[in-house]
Amino acid sequence: MAARTDSFSSAGEFRANLPLRKWKGYIFSALGILSIVIALGTLLTLLFDVVQDGLPWLDWQFITSFDSRFAQRAGLRAALAGTLWMMALTILFALPLGVLSAVYLEEYAGDNWFTRFIQVNISNLAGVPSIVYGLLGLQIFVRLFNLNRSILAGALTMVLLVLPIIIVAAREAIRAVPSSMRDASLALGATRSQTVRHHVLPYAFPGILTGNILAASRAIGETAPVLVIGALAYVATTPTGPLSRFTVLPIQIFNWTSKPQKDFHGLAAAGIVLLLVVLLSMNSVAIYLRQRLYKRF
Amino acid sequence: MATYANLQDQYPQRGTLGRNKARDARERLIEGVLMAAAAVSILTTLGILFSLATEAVSFFRDVSLAQYFGDTRWSPGGTRDRYGIWPLISATMMTSFIALCIAVPLGLLAAVYLSEFASHKARSVIKPALEVLAGVPTVVFGFFALIFVTPLLRDVIPGVSIFNALSAGLVMGIAILPLVSSLSEDAMSSVPRSLREGAYGLGATRFEVATKVVLPAALSGIVASVILALSRAVGETMIVALAAGQLPKLTIDPREQMQTMTSYIVQVSQGEASAGSVQYKTIFAVGTTLFVLTFLMNLFSFWFVRRFREVYD
Repeated sequence: MAARTDSFSSAGEFRANLPLRKWKGYIFSALGILSIVIALGTLLTLLFDVVQDGLPWLDWQFITSFDSRFAQRAGLRAALAGTLWMMALTILFALPLGVLSAVYLEEYAGDNWFTRFIQVNISNLAGVPSIVYGLLGLQIFVRLFNLNRSILAGALTMVLLVLPIIIVAAREAIRAVPSSMRDASLALGATRSQTVRHHVLPYAFPGILTGNILAASRAIGETAPVLVIGALAYVATTPTGPLSRFTVLPIQIFNWTSKPQKDFHGLAAAGIVLLLVVLLSMNSVAIYLRQRLYKRF
Repeated sequence: MATYANLQDQYPQRGTLGRNKARDARERLIEGVLMAAAAVSILTTLGILFSLATEAVSFFRDVSLAQYFGDTRWSPGGTRDRYGIWPLISATMMTSFIALCIAVPLGLLAAVYLSEFASHKARSVIKPALEVLAGVPTVVFGFFALIFVTPLLRDVIPGVSIFNALSAGLVMGIAILPLVSSLSEDAMSSVPRSLREGAYGLGATRFEVATKVVLPAALSGIVASVILALSRAVGETMIVALAAGQLPKLTIDPREQMQTMTSYIVQVSQGEASAGSVQYKTIFAVGTTLFVLTFLMNLFSFWFVRRFREVYD
């Protein structure tokens, strides 16, 4: 390449500022690295700060006691139980609904206005602020369906919120199943639904699972909609059923953070450590599954 | 997508090969169930529109639109009720603007670096790390803004109050940065290799390829990512609720506390406003305003992508 530039008579002009032009690239690249360092540095600072503030409070008593007016005695038993309930109920509804929708859109729907309408609608729903889902839940589930401010009302709201995530992930997974698989099954006389059940879904399973883990971690971390639904600030019992009143981890963290006393900020940080450990392990499982199980085709 | 439909057109043997009525009925039933599941998303949209509209309409029966958009003070439930939305909107715009000032330049630089300069190995480490950043719940960022960033700002800049728009905006900027960087990087990665190689062949440097070929070609996707980030910032709740304060105030000083639309909804939700009261209705009026704003932004970004996307084969 160098030889070629040499043979041009005007190449001298080019070479005159080539170092400068290359330097622009180095500077640009350095700025890019700097941006990433700022972003990830903030993340590390955040993690470090939270661990530093929270670790002294993180003990067995913290996990097993209920909230209290006294920081020394406060714990997040109710919030932990509420979060588990919330996650289980959300996935219980969202998994089948999301997968069935994805199967319909990928395997059944024709290319008509109804399909396009559903697609546009799903991408729009993914952009609706989460607090607006809270208003929906407050009006429809809490008041219209008379579920009151229960876990069920909160979970149903969360179902609608995470549905776009599950549908998009499941559709991608289903689309990645080679069509030869379907053709073979159909050629042997299987019906559409049999093909989907016995061949498409099993092969798309890792992708669907990944989407569900991501949806579940979103459901655990979301605060605003649950707050609007009316999760309680102070709960001194673990939920006994889907209609109990409840609190969840992010709400508990929010309440402790809002208090002026420093001790409660330590509690909030400890809660955050717990929340992040749960979320990060769920997300790494999802990333692992995505990288590991997708390689089969 | 329509694989089955095509297949059935090609092999019209149904009926000739002994039709199984029970089986056909079951297939139709299954298709119906699937369709119903897909329709839930439409019901969700209708549910949002219905729940926002009913209360908002009832709110605007009590408070005129002229007052809502004309007044400059927001003090519902006080001795003298005032329902001017502007303090909430200006606070929302202020925090979102600060957030974008952080997220857009940093996010774009990161995206260009990842797509044009980074080695495969660097990419495989940085991208998951940014995904982790994107997965941190906003309430955690809120804690970080209030407990860590605000004291820092108060040391450096004089006159910063305990709750302030600056800290909330800065942290929100970091929180939405992965959205900008990943969407922009997707847009840049989908610019075909041949364009880059054409430019390299003409003697362009990496910098020139990135700024003069890839960026213009990916512009529609980049603009869309910025608009989506703005829409996310406008709807962001927990960071502003914790760090920006709960005092509706019409000001352009980012050091002061102010209340965004979302943190107003949070404030009312925390105290249990009884259904039917004007206070209860206000959150739906504010929610409607928020929904319309973000909806228009999302719509604009979809339109922009469709209108200005460069299509390569």
